Amino acid sequence: MAGILVYALHYEGAFNKNSLGAVAEAARLASELGTEAHAIVVGEGVSDDLAGQLGGYGAAKVFKVEGPEGLSQPVVDAMAKVMTDNGHDYALFGGGLLGFEIGAGLAARIGAGVTMEVTSVSVDGGKLVAERPILGDSSISESRYKGKGIIIGRLNAFEVPASNGGTAAVETVDVEFSPWSTKAKMVQRGEQRGADVDIEGADVLIAGGRGLGKPEGFDQLQDLAGAFGGNSAVAATRAVVDAGWYPYAAQIGQTGKTVAPKLYLAAGISGAIQHKVGMQSSENIVAINKDSNAPIFEFSDLGIVGDLNKIVPKLIEAVKAKKGS
Amino acid sequence: MKICVLVKEVPDAAVTKRIDPSTGRLDRGGEKNLNPYDTHAIEAAMQLKEGGEVQVDEIIAVTMGPGSAVRALHKAVSLGADRSVHLSDDALAGSDVAATGYALAQTLKRESPDLVLLGQQSDDGECYTIGAVVADHLQMPSLTQVIKMDVSDGGLRCERQAEYGYDTVQVELPAVISVGDAINEPRYPSLKAIMGAKKKPLDALGTGDVEIDASRVGTDGSQVECGNFKAPPAKSAGLIIEDEDTNETVEKIVAWLDERKLI
Ligand SMILES: Cc1cc2nc3c(=O)[nH]c(=O)nc-3n(C[C@H](O)[C@H](O)[C@H](O)COP(=O)(O)OP(=O)(O)OC[C@H]3O[C@@H](n4cnc5c(N)ncnc54)[C@H](O)[C@@H]3O)c2cc1C
Repeated sequence: MAGILVYALHYEGAFNKNSLGAVAEAARLASELGTEAHAIVVGEGVSDDLAGQLGGYGAAKVFKVEGPEGLSQPVVDAMAKVMTDNGHDYALFGGGLLGFEIGAGLAARIGAGVTMEVTSVSVDGGKLVAERPILGDSSISESRYKGKGIIIGRLNAFEVPASNGGTAAVETVDVEFSPWSTKAKMVQRGEQRGADVDIEGADVLIAGGRGLGKPEGFDQLQDLAGAFGGNSAVAATRAVVDAGWYPYAAQIGQTGKTVAPKLYLAAGISGAIQHKVGMQSSENIVAINKDSNAPIFEFSDLGIVGDLNKIVPKLIEAVKAKKGS
Repeated sequence: MKICVLVKEVPDAAVTKRIDPSTGRLDRGGEKNLNPYDTHAIEAAMQLKEGGEVQVDEIIAVTMGPGSAVRALHKAVSLGADRSVHLSDDALAGSDVAATGYALAQTLKRESPDLVLLGQQSDDGECYTIGAVVADHLQMPSLTQVIKMDVSDGGLRCERQAEYGYDTVQVELPAVISVGDAINEPRYPSLKAIMGAKKKPLDALGTGDVEIDASRVGTDGSQVECGNFKAPPAKSAGLIIEDEDTNETVEKIVAWLDERKLI
């Protein structure tokens, strides 16, 4: 049986959206291959009820493993065992941090081929073929697997259907974790940091990235948001939040918030996929970036190729003047 | 404590990258440089050494790559590594991520490091993955995308941003840690360090020196076959303004916003 096993990430009783998309994609591919899609859930005290919900997205069976959540190596142990015992040929991940870590570790463990950032998967000659954009998305490359294959999807690559309400059979699996995988311990998971900035309800979001050059760059963006007045706020990319320039509560993207304001003005932001997924539904996207090849220009409605240090101060004055008129 | 830092030579970010149609591989000609993320890994090693919380005896830069990769090692040494190791062999050409990680792990085994550090991504290809592959072969705990790392309880206390907020993870040594670029601000090498870099010890090794099973590396030993390159679907781009006269640019932006009632 050339079955497909999907890792389903969950937090506080709910599954990650990308994991649900991966389950649905695996179900579609499995039916083309004439096999089944299964899912695996690792966690402490996960209920059969929660695990079984994956059946609604197409999992024929869910393997449930008691173990630590949020760390990759215990999941590698669990997936290697389940794949070996059940003869799965493929593992599919919905993208995100743990997908990268687990997928790569699993490839090493079971001697499989691995492809990351996959945007589309198809069946050819009874095997899976994955497509992956490379070289800054300027080209797409096809991956074929000699034996077992591990496919890590790009964020939002796989559509998430509504659950059909079905439930899957849940099988509890005992896993003996390898000695090294118990040497990393979660001290705190999912901590929320920084002041409570409310960006989700704003109509105008002025977002800043590393192109601001220094934390003080955000003062300028505050002035610009102030010039727009009304319901406007300032947001940030992960690069600057990680660097401590702006609070996490205002981070847009995969590991931050998803927003859809009327206007999203991005200053000094490259437009990485993990950022894009958080703001692509904005009604109007304006980007200021000095690099004409920055990916953000590919999905902005108005792109300004130039130095934000020259443009933003003048824009503040012009918006103020316009508002005053 | 002995720290090995994995480094990689990558095409300069400023140079346009392309696929060589005859081999189907990335064209690695042109300007090359040390992968910028790796300079953060070297800096993290230096800060552990200088921090005084643990005794760091040696920092060793390790790379796998063609002859030219020596320059990346020199750069790593100029940034603080005490010596370097270069794994280079024709048999390694065409290795995929899993095969590369295996070959690097075999090279590292020879050094028995207490800590392996690397940058979380390279400018030219597979991202976020090599650390986990290496860790599995070395049977060490691993964590990727770390943005803060402190010595604590005989191990390392690491922080990173994950899907749901920040994770704090305590990792026992020996371990493999990949770091993000927010972890530190790498120092500039001194002129003296640059001049002295070529004189520091450099071990040049082939697959035979580090017990690499040749059937597990190179194109034949790789489990993924890549090819059939094609252009992505064309995207409908928005309006682009090149800023030449900033007053004029700003006028255009305001007009655009005004037209859409956004102002
Ligand atoms: C698992 C995972 C999850 C992630 N989650 C998120 C997330 O939730 N949100 C997020 O944002 N990112 C996330 N990232 C990170 C993401 O991949 C990018 O690294 C990040 O978005 C880059 O931020 P940036 O655009 O500010 O910085 P950079 O990519 O460094 O871009 C800075 C840009 O500024 C431009 N610039 C520089 N100077 C100037 C100037 N004077 N004037 C104009 N332009 C200038 C440059 O040309 C460049 O394009 C995640 C990554 C991973 C691996």
